Amino acid sequence: MDIKKRDYTTIEHGTLDYKKYDVLHPAVKKNYGKWKYHDRPRPGVLRHFAESGDILYTVRCATHRQATVDIARRLCDLADKYADGYLRFTVRNNVEFMTAKQENVEPLIKELEALGHPVGGTGNSISSMSHTQGWLHCDIPATDASGFMKSLMDELINEFLNEEMPNRVRLTTSCCSINCGGVGDLAIIVKHTRPPRVIHENLSNICELPKAIARCPVAAIRPTTVNGKPSLMVVESKCICCGACFGACPQMEINHPEYSKIAIWVGGKNSNARSKPSTMRLVAQNLPNNPPRWPEVNEVVNTILMAYKKGGKPWERLGEWIERIGWKRFFEETNLKFEKDFIDSYRYARTTFNQSAHVRF
Amino acid sequence: MADKNQNNKSKFLNPTPVIDNLEIGPWPSFITGFKELAERTKKPMIRGVMDQLEYSYNTKTGYWKGGLVGVLGYGSGVISRYSMIPDKFPEAAEFHTLRVMPAPGLHYNTKVLRKVCDIWEKYGSGIMVLHGQSGDLLLQGITEENVQECFDELNKEGWDLGGAGAAVRTAASCVGPARCEQACYDNIELHHQVIKHFAGMIHRPELLYKFKFKFSACPNDCVNSIMRADFSIIGTWKDSIQIDHEAVARWIDKNGIDTVVNQVISMCPTRSITLDNKNLNIDNSSCVRCMHCLNVMTEALSPGKERGVTLLLGGKSHLKVGSMFGSLIVPFMKMENDDDIKNFIELSEKIIDWWTDNGFDHERIGETIERVGLKQFLDGVGLEATADMVSHPRDNPFYKAEY
Repeated sequence: MDIKKRDYTTIEHGTLDYKKYDVLHPAVKKNYGKWKYHDRPRPGVLRHFAESGDILYTVRCATHRQATVDIARRLCDLADKYADGYLRFTVRNNVEFMTAKQENVEPLIKELEALGHPVGGTGNSISSMSHTQGWLHCDIPATDASGFMKSLMDELINEFLNEEMPNRVRLTTSCCSINCGGVGDLAIIVKHTRPPRVIHENLSNICELPKAIARCPVAAIRPTTVNGKPSLMVVESKCICCGACFGACPQMEINHPEYSKIAIWVGGKNSNARSKPSTMRLVAQNLPNNPPRWPEVNEVVNTILMAYKKGGKPWERLGEWIERIGWKRFFEETNLKFEKDFIDSYRYARTTFNQSAHVRF
Repeated sequence: MADKNQNNKSKFLNPTPVIDNLEIGPWPSFITGFKELAERTKKPMIRGVMDQLEYSYNTKTGYWKGGLVGVLGYGSGVISRYSMIPDKFPEAAEFHTLRVMPAPGLHYNTKVLRKVCDIWEKYGSGIMVLHGQSGDLLLQGITEENVQECFDELNKEGWDLGGAGAAVRTAASCVGPARCEQACYDNIELHHQVIKHFAGMIHRPELLYKFKFKFSACPNDCVNSIMRADFSIIGTWKDSIQIDHEAVARWIDKNGIDTVVNQVISMCPTRSITLDNKNLNIDNSSCVRCMHCLNVMTEALSPGKERGVTLLLGGKSHLKVGSMFGSLIVPFMKMENDDDIKNFIELSEKIIDWWTDNGFDHERIGETIERVGLKQFLDGVGLEATADMVSHPRDNPFYKAEY
């Protein structure tokens, strides 16, 4: 557009004004802050009871997350038909339809299922994955994200449709070690295994050298001159292949079709319920980045989750189950090998050592 | 590409045999979604992006690079993507994204969502992400030429761009009091007002690095604020858990005494619950507000009546010091009216100022506090040190004592 002809002035709204645009369901507005309790009549359906005596049904289903206007419009059609023209999304990319009419619940579920939206993800189920952008849109990915999510959730669909896990399971996946997917009970994260290849020809034209140097957590990047031009070099014996420099400088090429591997981390938790929130711990590495379906990764994930399903007590999150049985038995039950690399060697490593005589035999 | 087109004259799209594998199986397939959109709209950009994605799946390599695309007056909110191999995939040469900020709690009516879809189909690819990890609605796939006009039209409908780069970022909220009995404050309203206040810092990056707010209305932290946000605002209560003794008795009759012992009482992290003839006694002075018993017995137990927020600061992911959770900086703050919201915003400004004065480039506030010291941070923003802020007092003598 010809900017000189623009006669509109931007309004800095912030978030979409939820009051002005009336995005809250009428039953939600009426009972706002006055809900009494809820239960779940079946997986995928929540039933909330208000102090006013009102009852509100919520039907939750999975989405593509990586969606289109066509998909969004079809969800709108169903919201108009069954949920008074309102819908909301959850942080795990599910969509929720609310209605006070119990008779709307079953037909809505049938239509959603017919459209290919599995209904579930409530209670002690495996909900949809929190994932990143990957090859589809990111500028630094070593793998894809939407494809990873699709191929793994295909395998885990029964655990999305039912509530048979000890507690809820939160999965995440990330296409580099920055881990935009976040903390979850189980995370699938790229782990590079070779230092970055420095593209000297372009580096000083594109990158701010001090920024790339400062980005390194182990001070492995040094200034150098190559063919008379300023550039950077990597002390490969120090480099931990984290890829932090690549975010600052795309000429520090860390991604590799073969040597960018997949690692699996477990036991993360954001909730404060019972135990304090916890970080994720590394339990498998060097799995191949094998699109389009990543079968090797899916197999390990499935094995871990089924061992947890079998061994976890009601309400134990994955990390709490491991806390009870111990890491040694975790590795036994999942047939995974405890590797030397799993012993922390970074900052505060000693806080992860067993500083006691507590041993399980 | 030419020979492929000849084999598929009836079809708009080129063959994509590898990513077609992602159409198999019961989970919704984004590839099927893209194909449907492309065949209906005949937008070349979608075809180009799918061709490049197919190529990525074959070579196991990404081909997007960033650049500088924006709207007038703003320095963030548009994520620019140029193909690194536009000669190969000219239709995917540009694939920029608009981050727009939905209503807190991701509530929509169909009129609002349809309107976005119509504007987006007019100017962009029609591909959208519901939603991005920071809480934006991502409108993916627009050329630089269309960005300003598309944004203007969205802006007229109440939409604004989210953050990117070294800026305050788009926030996220759980469903909150809109539909949850455990909500301890109105996170939807606080989120709305905070983002409105900081809109300038969202649109014009002026910080050391990103700064994220996330609002969870109870300690279950459904929006994952504690690890995904620099500033985590978590609902809590000060007084006693409300017990409906009749509902407790009904629950025990239905689920059995073993269940209440094994799944509620034994799992209390501070051993604060005892059973007394089918009644639960809770020692509220030992309770840490973890939510477990309330989650199990939703009807019988509810948060107390004196509600507010607990504030944690400094959460972030791995790079580069390792994962950090938010650390408690304010045990309890009232959050009932506009004055409370104003107090919160003032504290937020002080915190951001302290960080700007003391932090390094590309250092998140959690890293700055770790490097400079929590004690120094508290002095800097005028907060009082309390024992709530530590797991235990220091266990080494290496400090300068005040005497």
